[in-house]
Amino acid sequence: MGDSFPETRVPDPRGAIPRPPVAEGPAAAVLEEPEAALAYETGVEVQSRSQWQYARRRFMRHRLAVVCLVLLVGIFLAGAFAPWVAPYAYDEIDLENASSPPTLDGFHIFGTDLIGRDYLSRVIFGIRTSAEVALIVAILATLIGVVIGGLAGYYSGQVDNALMRFTDLILTLPGLAVLLTAAALLGHGSPYRVAVIIALISWTYLARIIRGTFLALREKEYVEAAKAAGAGDLRIMVRHMLPNAIGPIVVAATLIVGLAILTESVLGFLGFGIQPPTPTLGKLIADGQGAGTGLWWLVTFPGLTIVLILLCVNFVGDGLRDALDPTQRRVRE
Amino acid sequence: MGTFILRRILYSIPVLIATSFIIFTFVSLAGDPLGQLKLNPYLSEETLQNKIEEKHLDKPIPVRYLYWVKEASTDKFGTSLSSDQPIWPDLKRVIPHTLELLIPALLLSVLFAVGIGLYSAIRQYSVFDYGATTFSFLAYAVPVFWLALMLQILATQLVVKWNVRLFYTSGLSSTDPGGGLQFVLDRAQHLALPIITIAVISIATYSRYMRASMLEVVNSDYTRTARAKGLSERQVTTKHAMRNALIPLVTVVALDFGTLIAGAVVTESIFQLDGMGYYFIQSLQRLDTYAVMAWLMIVAVMVIVFNLIADLAYGWLDPRIRLG
Repeated sequence: MGDSFPETRVPDPRGAIPRPPVAEGPAAAVLEEPEAALAYETGVEVQSRSQWQYARRRFMRHRLAVVCLVLLVGIFLAGAFAPWVAPYAYDEIDLENASSPPTLDGFHIFGTDLIGRDYLSRVIFGIRTSAEVALIVAILATLIGVVIGGLAGYYSGQVDNALMRFTDLILTLPGLAVLLTAAALLGHGSPYRVAVIIALISWTYLARIIRGTFLALREKEYVEAAKAAGAGDLRIMVRHMLPNAIGPIVVAATLIVGLAILTESVLGFLGFGIQPPTPTLGKLIADGQGAGTGLWWLVTFPGLTIVLILLCVNFVGDGLRDALDPTQRRVRE
Repeated sequence: MGTFILRRILYSIPVLIATSFIIFTFVSLAGDPLGQLKLNPYLSEETLQNKIEEKHLDKPIPVRYLYWVKEASTDKFGTSLSSDQPIWPDLKRVIPHTLELLIPALLLSVLFAVGIGLYSAIRQYSVFDYGATTFSFLAYAVPVFWLALMLQILATQLVVKWNVRLFYTSGLSSTDPGGGLQFVLDRAQHLALPIITIAVISIATYSRYMRASMLEVVNSDYTRTARAKGLSERQVTTKHAMRNALIPLVTVVALDFGTLIAGAVVTESIFQLDGMGYYFIQSLQRLDTYAVMAWLMIVAVMVIVFNLIADLAYGWLDPRIRLG
């Protein structure tokens, strides 16, 4: 790797296969930094780097995370531009080619269902809905989590006690039961409602992390300095503490995206999610199950898509953790 | 110790009340529980009116909630909303079925997880370790319901293609399960796939915990001391390291009970097992507040008890931790 410091390579236990230390492929251009290598050799000219540059370099070192990020962006882009990417419309019925197993004929590589709808197209449209839900959930849950966790961590004492008991209450509830009853209550249907329901129970994890981070940060000297300079509570929290907590927040938000996609698919599968005709990944699997076990491709491919997305989200989250939150790093170098 | 348990139980009472009230409100607001009954042409207006009066459905929700508390506490959860069936016999039937599913799944997961985690830690960065890590990452990414469906498809293909009937894909028993050993075998064939479904995900999680805690212990001072005084590697691992490495796992397993129940909800509905999860989904679809609440109370009490056990076990296994 084109690093300016000689490093002892520790095998990565996260499943990455140790590779020869030569960067290949598109990542090579980013990793190779000739000036830096030269500077190290000649011993002159020290380049200054910002924290973000360091973070980016640490992330780039995690090859699997980079590959997964590229894949994930590709998958989500395909979803976002579904009407242009998908070979067919999601509701296009073609009775001539009904129940066809995966075939290159007519590009039905994921097969077709009982009334001949192309499953690849339906999966791409499903990604669109799922990604939409996941994005809203991530934003909402992060907002709620940061506000509640931040207040609890900053004020501690009574406020902390009350807010954390409330968080505990949500955590004690059997998640799926609450989710299902909430879905039954708020009326399943539009993606936005489903997203709000999922967000309302998935912020707890984030709140706990932010609380922990804020509890530690409020003892820092610069917070004390800001207080001495007469800064208000809000200013200290937003301007001084939040930027220093951004690492854990980004990592947790990434993992929430995965969690939201998983949760939406479970809701959709159990029939409490987004209503047809909008295809979602979970609903596609449920439809596939309804079609009978003979049409195995209807269950297999939407499921594999979920697995791929979740795998990628987890690896990207891992890479981000290493890059932004080095204290939580699992491998020490 | 006594005061600790007492305090925990006292603390859980407001949690139970809050939880039950929230869920009661949700389900009550979700729709008309008598919707199905009203469609039945053989039911007279009078019967419906009786039902409404009996369950006080015309009253505001907090009042209804209090009536529910009264009926649930005095009459073993009372009768269901959508029929006149008492709830308790139903629950008494489904709870053992769920336990038949969860207990073997739990035992299997812990057994495999301890084995995998232990070996991964001792042979860190070996092929086995990488394999186990890859498996865990895959299992984290697999939705439970999809895994269940894939197993179902594979089992069906086994029958269709090779005419081998190893596992059944739905129900608890065959129509004529026979008696004695034959019954047990038949039940095992039915429960095998659901048990595998639940176990795979748990094995992935638990084995990571086991590996992490084992790694920590293996590199600690007292393990070095044990080696230094000349104990065999086997004794160091089993007697000194493993015992301490198991402590975090015990808590994780006990705290994980809620997740297990959620897994059971999905798994049971796919394999059509007449267990608690299936019962819950069906009651919720009927908007049968009383039945949903009965289910929730049982699960909530179980979760609270398991949390308590986790804390007690932690203090008991690790004397360094004092319960205050």
